[in-house]
Amino acid sequence: MTRVSMQVDGVTYTDEVEPRTLLVHHLREALGKVGTVVGCDTSNCGACTVHLDGQAVKSCTVLAVQADGAEVTTIEGIAAPDGTLHPVQKAFHEMHGLQCGYCTPGMIMASIDLLKENPDPSDTEVREGIEGNLCRCTGYQNIVRAVQQAAGELSGSAATPETTGAQA
Amino acid sequence: MIPAPFEYVRPTTVEEAVQAVAEGGEDVKIMAGGQSLIPVMRLRLAAPETIVDLGRVAEMRGVRDEGDALVIGAMTTHAEVITDPLIAQHAKLVAEATETVADRQTRRRGTFGGALAHADPAGDLPAVALALDAELVVAGPGGRRTVPASEFFVDYLTTALEEGEVLVEIRVPKLAGDWGVRYEKFNRVAQAWSIVAVAAAVRRENGHIAEARIGLTNMGPTPLRASATEAALSGAAAAPDAVASAARSAAEGTSPSSDLNAQADYREHLVQVLTRRAVTAAAGL
Ligand SMILES: Cc1cc2nc3c(=O)[nH]c(=O)nc-3n(C[C@H](O)[C@H](O)[C@H](O)COP(=O)(O)OP(=O)(O)OC[C@H]3O[C@@H](n4cnc5c(N)ncnc54)[C@H](O)[C@@H]3O)c2cc1C
Ligand code: FES
Ligand code: FES
Repeated sequence: MTRVSMQVDGVTYTDEVEPRTLLVHHLREALGKVGTVVGCDTSNCGACTVHLDGQAVKSCTVLAVQADGAEVTTIEGIAAPDGTLHPVQKAFHEMHGLQCGYCTPGMIMASIDLLKENPDPSDTEVREGIEGNLCRCTGYQNIVRAVQQAAGELSGSAATPETTGAQA
Repeated sequence: MIPAPFEYVRPTTVEEAVQAVAEGGEDVKIMAGGQSLIPVMRLRLAAPETIVDLGRVAEMRGVRDEGDALVIGAMTTHAEVITDPLIAQHAKLVAEATETVADRQTRRRGTFGGALAHADPAGDLPAVALALDAELVVAGPGGRRTVPASEFFVDYLTTALEEGEVLVEIRVPKLAGDWGVRYEKFNRVAQAWSIVAVAAAVRRENGHIAEARIGLTNMGPTPLRASATEAALSGAAAAPDAVASAARSAAEGTSPSSDLNAQADYREHLVQVLTRRAVTAAAGL
């Protein structure tokens, strides 16, 4: 067992883990962060996307021990403490950017990452920016619209980007 | 699925890493970004006894200018390569090819060195390293040695890395003169590997093509140079006809495989089309 300490959605957790434990399993099974899901066994679907030190990664393709000392943000940590949705969450809701919702946590985490890099992406840039995330339901059309609506809202109110640690 | 149990070591210097590999037992595996290794371990296609994680070896990360060459640390991530100003200025072909690798999340973890050491025939970066005459600096128990890219890729998923050796950094010579570059990748779905891809660097001089370097991805068990096309282009007019005619020999000396994505003869056709497009774009035509 190896001792790992990481900040997840603003709270610091220290645990003994087996080195083979995947970050996604650590989040779900040890920390109860079940908002992050597993959709595949091949690192393709992106459903498990979280932010590791502010960057989107596939948490099924990172070992928990590799996140030792890091700051992790999951889908559970992006809304405001009073429950106000993050602008990207709100846009997925309003634009019907989901059907079954299984891909949604990963889609939202990848989209936040994309918008940090490119605050005003074109249709093609959104599609390329979230190419690591697969959706079996929507056909992507409304996901692209949601990301663009969120882009508009985020650039209109410059002070809304992710502030996990501060909110906890 | 989860990987089989293993011992985990996290060195912080190259020396420590080499030592950890030496002491790691029979079946020791180096982990860089883990973007190829963790998937195969999850499927239990690999079950190493020890993992030596290079993630904290700071000296293996980043890009420096050494005059006539850039030196790219093996642990520099794909995302860092894409945004690095030195690479943008002196080795644009590397950045252009890296942009086509996988997806945003995978590029955040996957590394330049990992992609070369993995030596997947469909991987995009080996052909680029070959086209640019890169040199790979390798550290082992006996010290360091330098292997030219032309000798590094030995066979399918097999490199010149000997047991116990760690790929430390990659020297990429700067292109001096009026060079244009292009990476042309053909695949059918998002985040997919290349069915075939072509890396081209072309130097123009007085309306002619003075020199062309062409690397081929997925046209055999290792990356290859399109030597016949390179020879035909040397001194040729910088004109669409001359390029098209030279590109017709791009499949010479290749041995592509047939798989679910494409038959060998289709790959032989594709490589000619992609070579024409890549050279045309690189020559600014
Ligand atoms: C969904 C997905 C899509 C992908 N698509 C593409 C694509 O389109 N094109 C492409 O080129 N790649 C693609 N990849 C692979 C990606 O580029 C990987 O990052 C790369 O192949 C391996 O890099 P890594 O740093 O993750 O290495 P790891 O997975 O950590 O290691 C890979 C292998 O190299 C060895 N190794 C790594 N570093 C060293 C070193 N410094 N010294 C000695 N040995 C070392 C390891 O022991 C292991 O055998 C994809 C991966 C995924 C998950
Ligand atoms: S569960 Fe991680 S990519 Fe599918
Ligand atoms: S909404 Fe069902 S997978 Fe995307």
